[in-house]
Order: sequence, then C-alpha cells, then structure tokens
Amino acid sequence: MELTGAKILMECLVEQKAETVFGYPGGTILNVYDALYDYQDRIHHYLTSHEQGASHAADGYFRSTGRTGVCFATSGPGATNLTTGIATAYYDSSAVVFISCNVTEPMLGKDAFQEVDLTGIAMPITKACYLVDDVTKLADVVREAFYLASHGRPGPVLIDILKNVTAETAEYTPLPLQEHPNHGHLAQVIARSSTGFKSIDTKPECLEKAAEMVAGAKRPVILAGGGVIRSGASAEVKSLAERLDAVVTASIMGLGGFPGNDPRFAGFAGMHGSHAANQAIYQCDLLFVIGCRFSDRVALSPSHFAPNARIIHLDIDRAEINKNVHVDRPLIGDAKDVLQKLLPQITQQSHPDWRAQIAAEVREPVKQASTLEPFEIMQTIESVTGGQALIVTDVGQHQMWASQYFRYRYPCQLLTSGGFGTMGFGYGAAMGAKVGNPDKTVIHVTGDGCFRMNCNEMATAQHYGIPVITVLFDNGTLGMVRQWQRAMYDCRFSATTLDRGPDFVKLAEAYGIHGVRVATAAEFETALRQAIASGEAAVIDCAIDIDETVRPMIAGGHALNDYLLD
Amino acid sequence: MNEKKNHILSVLVENSAGVLSQVSRMFSRKGYNIASLAVGETEDPAVSRMTILVYEDEAQIEQIASQLAKLLPVISVRILNRDNSIRRELLLVKVKADTRETRDEIIQMASIFRVKIVDVAHESLTLEVTGDFGKSEALLKLLEGFGILELVRTGTVALERGKDTIYDV
Ligand SMILES: Cc1ncc(C[n+]2csc(CCOP(=O)(O)OP(=O)(O)O)c2C)c(N)n1
Repeated sequence: MELTGAKILMECLVEQKAETVFGYPGGTILNVYDALYDYQDRIHHYLTSHEQGASHAADGYFRSTGRTGVCFATSGPGATNLTTGIATAYYDSSAVVFISCNVTEPMLGKDAFQEVDLTGIAMPITKACYLVDDVTKLADVVREAFYLASHGRPGPVLIDILKNVTAETAEYTPLPLQEHPNHGHLAQVIARSSTGFKSIDTKPECLEKAAEMVAGAKRPVILAGGGVIRSGASAEVKSLAERLDAVVTASIMGLGGFPGNDPRFAGFAGMHGSHAANQAIYQCDLLFVIGCRFSDRVALSPSHFAPNARIIHLDIDRAEINKNVHVDRPLIGDAKDVLQKLLPQITQQSHPDWRAQIAAEVREPVKQASTLEPFEIMQTIESVTGGQALIVTDVGQHQMWASQYFRYRYPCQLLTSGGFGTMGFGYGAAMGAKVGNPDKTVIHVTGDGCFRMNCNEMATAQHYGIPVITVLFDNGTLGMVRQWQRAMYDCRFSATTLDRGPDFVKLAEAYGIHGVRVATAAEFETALRQAIASGEAAVIDCAIDIDETVRPMIAGGHALNDYLLD
Repeated sequence: MNEKKNHILSVLVENSAGVLSQVSRMFSRKGYNIASLAVGETEDPAVSRMTILVYEDEAQIEQIASQLAKLLPVISVRILNRDNSIRRELLLVKVKADTRETRDEIIQMASIFRVKIVDVAHESLTLEVTGDFGKSEALLKLLEGFGILELVRTGTVALERGKDTIYDV
C-alpha cells in the first residue's frame, strides 16, 4: 500500500511491537504526531515535560524490560535536548531508537529555523545513526535501526528524518520481524565479518584454553558486568560460580546479574565497592570477567588491577579486549552462549578456605548517629519490599548507597547511569521502568541536587498515573562533590551547598503528588508503606546529615587495596 | 609491543556520505593521530577503500582496528605490515632550479631515483615521485638543498602481497 513516510514509520513501529513511545512534538515532527493520532490504540505515547526526560524514560524502559525503547523529538532544541539521554544510553549499552525529524530537504544546510546536524552531533554517542532523505528507504532504515540497537552489544541508534520525507508517499510492504535480517542493507551488514554478528570466535581451542586456565585456580573470582544482564546469562554465571566454587563480585552495572543475597557474593568492586569485593580481586589468582569493560571506576589503576591473577575476559565486543586492562585469555561472544559451551569443560572445584577468607572481609554497616542514616533507608526499602523493588537511581552519593546497601536479587533490578553518570537520569528512567513493569514497585532513589534536575517529570507521572516512589536523600548539598572537596580540597566547599529551596513536599503537592518529610527510620518505613499502599506517585523527603560519607573510597588511579577513606 | 611504528590499516567502507567523517572522528575522539589517509573507489563503486597510515604501538593498532570495525559503514579492516604488503605513495614536488647547473644536477638525481620530471620552467622543476615511504624521504632530503617550493603527497596506499585479499578476512 502507498503510505506517507509518517505512516510507514508507524507501521514499522507496529512491526517491532513497539507499543510504548516517549517523546515531545514540534514543528518538523508534526506529520509523525499527526499519524500517531491514528495509531493511538496500538502505540501509546507519553508526553514528558522535557525531551531529556523522554530519552531517559525510553532508556529505563529498555533496561528494565529488555524491549527496545523508543523516543521521539523534533529538530533543533528538541534534538539537542536528547543528546544527554543518547550518551547515557550509549555508555551503558542500552537499546533505544531515537527518532527525530529535521527540516525539509530544500532547507537542509541553509541554517534554517531549528535546523541542527543531529547525526553529526550524535555520531560518537550512537551505535549507528541515519539521516533519511528518501521515503522509499525509510522502512528498511527503521528495521535496520531496531535490529542494530538490540543485537550484538546493545546501544542507541538515531534516525533523523527530513520533514518532507514524513509527508511524501511510498509503497509500504509489511515484513514480519523474523524476516528483517534477511532483507536489504541489513542482510549485508549482518553478513560482514566486521560487525561480529556472524563470526564471533569462540573457537573450540579458545574454550579449551580457558578451561585449562581455570582448572589450576586456587583463588577464583568472577567479576560480572552489565553484559551478564544484557545477555541473560545469570543462570550460567551461577553455574560457573558453583563449578569453580568462586567468590563473585560485580561492577555496579552487573548488580542483580548474580543474586546479591547469595553467600558467594562479595558486593560490587571499584571506587566505592565493598572491601570484600576489592580484596577478592586483589588477592585472587584467577579473575573471570564477564561482560564488563574494566571502566576506570572499577579498574581504577589498570596496571595494578588483579595483580596476582590471570584474567579471562568474556565480552561480546571485541574492541573491549585489552582496551583498558591487558588480559590473558579473551573470549569473544555472547556471555550466555559462550558459558553454555564452556561449562561442560569445567570440572568441579572446591575452595572453602578461599571463600571463608573473603567472607571474613565482609563489613556490615553499623548505626553511628541518631539521625536517619543512608543504609537504613536502603535496608528498609529492601525489607518492606521483600527485596523485590526495582530501584532506579540518579547520580551521586545516594547512587552508591543504593548500590551498597540493597541486595539485588534479579537482573534488571537496578537501573543506574553507571558509565555516563548523568544527574537527572532517575525520574525519567523510573517512569519508563514502571510503564514497562506495571506490577513492580519502582523506587526512584535520588539526591536533592539531582531531583532539582528532573522534578519537572512529576507532572508526567501524575498525569499518566505512573506510581513512581521518589526516595529523596536530602542532605542539603551536592553530596558526592562535597565528599571530594572534603577529602581532597581541604573542606573548601565551593558551590556545593544547597541551602535554598524548594520545599520538596510542597513542590510535590504542587504537581498533585503526595509528599512527606521523614527524619527517622521508623518514619521512613511508615511513609514507604503508605506510598506503596496508595498505588500513586509519591515523594519521601528523607532528612540526612550533610556530612554523610560514602565509604570505602579509593581515589582514581589507585590500587584496590589503597583506600582514601576506609 | 609498546614500541611505536608506522602501521597501515586497509579499510573497506561503504561509499556513502559521512563515512570519512565517521572514520576520522573515531581517530580524533580516541586521540590517535592519522599520519596519512588515502581514499578512493574500489572495483565496486558502492565500496571505497581507505588506506590509513598510523604511528602507534602494536596494542593500539589492534584496538584501532577493532574500533574501526564497529563503525556501521565499515565493511572490513586489515592490518598490513611491512613484510606482507606493497606500499606506494605519489608525491609532486616543485624544486627551485634557476640555473642550468642546478637543473642538470636535479635531472641527474631524478634519473638515479627513477623519478619523472613532469614540468619544466625557467626557475623550477616539478618531479613526480612514486615509491614507498623510505624512498621519497631519501629523495626529499637531497632536494631540500635546492629549495623545495611546494610539495603535495597522496598518502600511502597499500596492497597485500600474494593472492590473499582484504575480502579474505
Ligand atoms: C549532569 C551532571 N552534572 C554534574 C555532575 C557532577 N556530579 C556528580 S554527583 C553530583 C552531586 C549530586 O548531588 P545530589 O543529587 O544532591 O546527590 P548526593 O551526592 O548528595 O547524594 C554532581 C554535581 C553530574 N554527574 N551530572
């Protein structure tokens, strides 16, 4: 059938079963929104307060469901408002298809009103980006974009469509999803050796060598990254851990990939990682790293990382091998696939002494002050929700506390901006998570700095009835920055004290959301239970001390046993 | 492993808008320096081939190749080393030659190096130099004494020796 570009786009979204879109309209994307009007029954659009909120919502939707997120924006400022969201998705390998429209073809390059070279801007922060100037190519581009976003190492893909393309017509032939890889340019891309879709080299001899290497281990440790979650390899990682009788640690992105309440789990590793996890990595003689890219927040000093170990690195992205840390045995491929092939070659080991040695390094938090302490907040969330709540954080101290003091039980349970560290990620991502997981309790853990950046999205949550529960760690400061100023800048608290409004309870109420302020663990628990029972969005403003500190802390560039704060 | 050397990356890419900028931006974003870059269509007009000369150590070259391979328009990447490849570069160099003696001397030198003289004027000679990096550097050193007026080079192109091709990756 002959359809306009805008309708072809809608049909392609239907092909993808993309039922949820977050976005914001404007001049150049009007045709698309007009077509959307006819597809309201099949495509649910959430109008956010800001394009950045929409971008994080689409990201949170993917991270929490594994279904590709979709986000719309108009050209110019709408497009540039997406960029933080695109980069956030890129750094954490999140599959989001961003669709923007640009000016009409005759205007292109004339610095027309709201024209911006978004593909140029987004090139280094997308897995692929397309400028569509031909309506006959639109359907295939959309199919390819969705495929690339979600296959191999996931990542954001941008489609920038010229406005005239959305109005022009072309023949649209429906193509079932499973046919997409055999069709058009995508088929060629998949066939290429360079993309790694086909020729992922877990040659038998690589597996054999890896199996040999683990066989001799006395002190094995597994380090699980976000790749475990994206690959759906949790069960295989668990089997591997049991087979090797290993201690398990994770990067923050890997939390939930291995059950946090399993006795093997030593917590996450890195700058603010647990003492036990960092000791395990420091002392181990075999480190099996799965779907983790040795970021500088984990491998703070690449040359001193796991200094006593031989390292096996399993990753789907060849370019991650030897990028940051030099490894002894790379295994390239999908974690689940490769582990399934490798597991039968690994014999049962037993290392009770080693595990006991690391278990002895576990340090439990102890209450020190009479005021509400960060660990109490997270532990209360864990106990009240039976450890099942989906936690979405912003960035700062509260993000670290949320990672440290909650034992994540299942994959995709923690959504956090690990790679890009985007303040303002939380609210949008929490909305996306709740829309994708209506049956889960979604808790947005934030700080007073971050909440100022995204509280505008309370309007969205209220309007659509998305019951996000915001737990605000209100310390009256940009706490993480203050912590660095205290530790490294002689307490010169330059521009970090938030001794100003708003009154967050009143602010929530202005948006039609219930707000409450709490100052003790008991008050917090009551407020949380009420918020969950209400089934509505809520803000719980938790008063905590301005000088609460995230411990331990290792400074950038230092070895994992070299603490700045312990 | 950590010693820097000239390496050649041969890269097949889709012949479409934005590819060159995507490739060159990957280099600048990661802080690698391109020593020379030559691009042209292949036997298939939909495909271009880039030859990129990079001065880096071995580990970095592997990393660059992997990063290049991740770019959507990149079809394949091959690292060519000195022993397994033929490398050529074309230079046009205009040399000051305002006396008969200097002209004669340059013409003699050109014949020793098997280099063509492609333009003769009263005050200058233009030479066309083809060869690998070493040859052109040696000749340029000698010509410097006469005064190089201007110089342009295509950048190195290279092909693997023997029957193996970039398509066999
Ligand atoms: C968009 C953005 N701007 C600045 C920063 C730098 N930054 C990292 S943490 C932080 C403080 C966050 O403060 P708050 O939300 O109050 O959380 P807290 O650390 O107090 O828990 C800042 C400013 C950032 N990560 N992102």
